[in-house]
Parts: sequence; structure tokens; C-alpha cells
Amino acid sequence: MSVAQISAKGEVTIRDLSKSFRIDGDSLTVLKDINLDISGGESLAIVGASGSGKTTLLRVLAGLTEPDSGSVLIDGEPVHGLGKERAVIFQEPRLLPWLTVLGNVAFGLEVQGIPGDEAAERARHYIRLVGLAEFEGAWPRQLSGGMAQRVGIARALTVQPEILLLDEPLGALDAMTKMTMQEELVRIWTEESVTMVLVTHDLEEAIFLADRVLVLPKTKDTAIRLIDIDLPHPRDRSDPDFVRNRRQLMAEFGLH
Amino acid sequence: MTYDLTGAAQRVRPKWTISAKGISPVLGKAAADYGLIFAFFAGWQIASTVGWLNPAVFPPLDRVAQALWSGITSGALLDDIAISIQRAGIAFISAVGLGIPLGLVMGQIKPVERALDPILQLFRQTSALALYPVFILLLGLGETSKVFLIFWATIFPILLATIGGVKEVDAKLIEMARSFGASRATIFRRVILPASVPSIFVGLRLSATTALLLLIAAEMIGANKGIGFQVMNAQYNFQIPLMFAAIFLLAFLGLAANAVLVLLQRRLCRWSVASQ
Ligand SMILES: Nc1ncnc2c1ncn2[C@@H]1O[C@H](COP(=O)(O)OP(=O)(O)O)[C@@H](O)[C@H]1O
Ligand SMILES: [Mg+2]
Repeated sequence: MSVAQISAKGEVTIRDLSKSFRIDGDSLTVLKDINLDISGGESLAIVGASGSGKTTLLRVLAGLTEPDSGSVLIDGEPVHGLGKERAVIFQEPRLLPWLTVLGNVAFGLEVQGIPGDEAAERARHYIRLVGLAEFEGAWPRQLSGGMAQRVGIARALTVQPEILLLDEPLGALDAMTKMTMQEELVRIWTEESVTMVLVTHDLEEAIFLADRVLVLPKTKDTAIRLIDIDLPHPRDRSDPDFVRNRRQLMAEFGLH
Repeated sequence: MTYDLTGAAQRVRPKWTISAKGISPVLGKAAADYGLIFAFFAGWQIASTVGWLNPAVFPPLDRVAQALWSGITSGALLDDIAISIQRAGIAFISAVGLGIPLGLVMGQIKPVERALDPILQLFRQTSALALYPVFILLLGLGETSKVFLIFWATIFPILLATIGGVKEVDAKLIEMARSFGASRATIFRRVILPASVPSIFVGLRLSATTALLLLIAAEMIGANKGIGFQVMNAQYNFQIPLMFAAIFLLAFLGLAANAVLVLLQRRLCRWSVASQ
């Protein structure tokens, strides 16, 4: 049961968060008065139409984008900017092509001042965890899309964040690889007991991975919606309850 | 579960292209790589010996080799080689020493780059040779003006390539590094610098070629020593084999400089496909 995952660390509180962008003199409101509590160890999926502000919300949580107003608290403490307790997994693997798999996975630790040997050792652990032990010496150009994304995931895990922020991490993968990776994400999330905030445009992925799904509305005067997915992990995509949940989520978007 | 390495690790460049039956692979590769140039020299030698080519203009290659050999063993050409390498070397190293750091700074600081770009473009478009008289007026006819001429022409390729390299660093990689808390200095050292290396090497190779080109021009116009001078001088004195010997020396210098840079690039850029 996912409730067993919930620990005190990695709790996110979002209060009255607003963000708009200025485009050619016009102001575009992307996030308006968002209030949300994410428990430590929870897995939250953010879905919404393209342009509904999913990435912006995730970037504000990461500290890569400053909100106009409102606050983000982590474990009760207000945060400004980036922090070691959060790690981002982007849609593209964003690997440094001049570093091997090992070098890339250890990169985050080295940036944070962990000595090379220790960084390599910790990196190896996570390389094994994502199933790439044989490839620690490979160059990024030698990896398939799915493998490269595993490296990106391992790099984020290696800094042992409390909160993992993922922006459509599997969006560019083919359907088969994607399903395998979704299963791996569930396994990793279970093993690492991190809070996971996952932006996705794939409703099935949201149901497969998340405890709760946040639906961002397209029109900013509409409130956000939260849908509980009360199914045990690992989930079975053909289970009637799974299908029922998916149908309910699709109905949110007027789909059948 | 097994993962496939897209076959890239095994995708090594084929060892030979002609693996015809009977011919050993090594010979086949040598024939494919150097066959044409060998045929060119053989054709020259035969045509000149038989008299299809005027041997006064195109002497047989054995006489060119002889002129080269005696020039080197007697030490007569060694002075020329030394001074040429010194001129091009000082100019090239100064251009690299100034061009790369300047390019790294300019590429990162937009206002500096914007302010300097128009004047850079103007300087670059002004042929260095056209400025040689100005350099002579300012620096005299000696070594300084020659070295400065080569330096002047050499710095632009390396500077512009470095700026280009820095500017084209994937902003997403920089943001990735930032997301792990990397400082500006760390981002520069761990992301911007390595990402610019391939582009810098393009500039280095272009600069090396330019350095030799300007070296020859400077030595032909106003020098009494140097390989470029020897080409002109031998022609005046109708020592045609010596003239070709000097020309081949220059070609060899160019090839050697390029080979060194390619080797260095292979070592530094093992990760990139282009260096394979
Ligand atoms: N840095 C920015 N500057 C201007 N507009 C932006 C910026 N980032 C996002 N936007 C705009 O904000 C809206 C929401 O973008 P985004 O959060 O990326 O949506 P999503 O990830 O849901 O597709 C879009 O209309 C986008 O064009
Ligand atoms: Mg997005």
C-alpha cells in the first residue's frame, strides 16, 4: 500500500502560488493561487492540456523559476531557489557527452563537492539500480533513448534527494520502453522512499504511478482538481479498478 | 533483463575498404588510402624522366629529393626551417594564448561580445596582407612585423571559433548543472569549457593553416631567410629542384601541424563521434 511509503521527509506545501509571464507586453497568467499539500513519500502526477502550466509549476518547485507570489515550503521551511533536497529529471536526458555513464551519474555529487571516489561509489550503486551496471564506461552517444533516460534518473537519485521532480521523463520514449520504465520508476520510488512529483501528458502513466493526480485547468479561473488513485502498487493496467480510474480521469478532459 | 548497446560500441570504422581476395587487408587499405598520391608522384617521376614534362620546370623527383637531402645535411636549409618554425610558432602560440581565453570570456558575456563584434568583423574582413605595409611602418622590416602579421591573421579563426563554441553550448546542459547547485565557476569548468573544445579545435586547425599561409607570404615579400624565402630565391637562381624541395617542406610542415592537432583532438574528444 502506498500509505506505507509516507514518511515525514519530503513534504511539500504550496501556498497561494501565482506565476505569469510577460509576452510582447501582454501578461499571461500560467498559475493562479495554487494551494496544494504533498505528503512526504507521496507520488503525485500533474496532468493538464499542453500549455496549462505543468512545467512551470514543476520548475517553481525545483527553484528554477521564481514565482510572482505565494510560497513553497519543504518540510515546513520556506524555500527560495534551488536546494539539495530536490532533484530534477528533465524530459531530455541532458547528459554531458564528454562524460561516461559513470561520470554523468556522479556529476551531481561532484558538483556538490563530494570527493571523486565516494561519488563514484555512490554513483555505481544507482547505476546498478537502473540496470546499467555493464555500461558505466559507455559514452552517452552509445546509449539508446531509454538507457540515456535511465542515466538521467540515476544521476538525480545519486544526490539522494527527498523530492524527485520529473518533467515528462518518458515522453520521448517508444511505447514498449515507456512501459518498462514506468515499472522501474514505481520500483525505484518504492525502494528509495522519495516524494515524486511527475508531470505527464499520459493519463495511463499518471494512473500507473501516482497516489494522486493533479489536474491543471486550462482556464485559470477554474480551480485545480485532485483525484485519488486508491490502488495498491505495483498496479495492473488491465485490472477493472485501474480501467475505472483511467476512465474517470479521461472524463476530466471530456474523453471517453 | 538485457540491454542492447545500439551496436555503437562495435560500430568501429572498417579496417579496410577493399578486401579483395588474395590482397592482404593491410595492403588493400594502403592502396585505398595512398594509391592516388603514389600514382601522382610516380606519374611525375616518369613524365619528367621521359620528357613528357619539361624537366627544367618539373625536375624528376629524385633530383628534388637530392636537393632536399643536401640542403638538410649541409645545414643550409636547417636555418630556414628553424626561422620559419620560430616565426609561425611564436605567432600561433601567442594567437592561441590570447584568442582562447578572450573567446571564452567574450562568448559568455553578451555585452562584451556585442560591443566587440562589429570591430572584429571589420578586422577579420580586412586582409592581413593588406595590412602588412602598416605593420612594417609600425614595427620595422625585422622579425616583429612578420610575426605580428602572422599573429594578426591567426588570432581571428581561433577567437571566432571559441566564441562560437561557447555561445552554442546547450543551455539545457547548463540548466541541468545549475539544478544540482553548480556555481558559475563550476558550470564554466565542467560544462562550458568541455563543450567548447571541439569548436576550439576547428579554430586551431584553421589557425594553423592560416599561420603557414601568412608565413609563406611574409617570407616571400620581405625576408632573406626562411622556407618561403627559399622558394622565391631558388626560383630566381633557377635552382628548380631546390625550389620544389622548399615547397615540399612547407607542405610537410602543414601536414605535421595538422597531424599534431588531430592527435590532440582525438585524445581530448574521445567522447565525440567526429573524433572517431
Ligand atoms: N519562460 C517563459 N517565458 C514566457 N512564457 C512562458 C515561459 N515558460 C512558459 N511560458 C508559457 O507559459 C505557458 C505554460 O507553459 P508550460 O508550463 O511549459 O506548460 P505545459 O508544461 O503544461 O505544457 C505556455 O503558454 C508557455 O508558452
Ligand atoms: Mg511542459
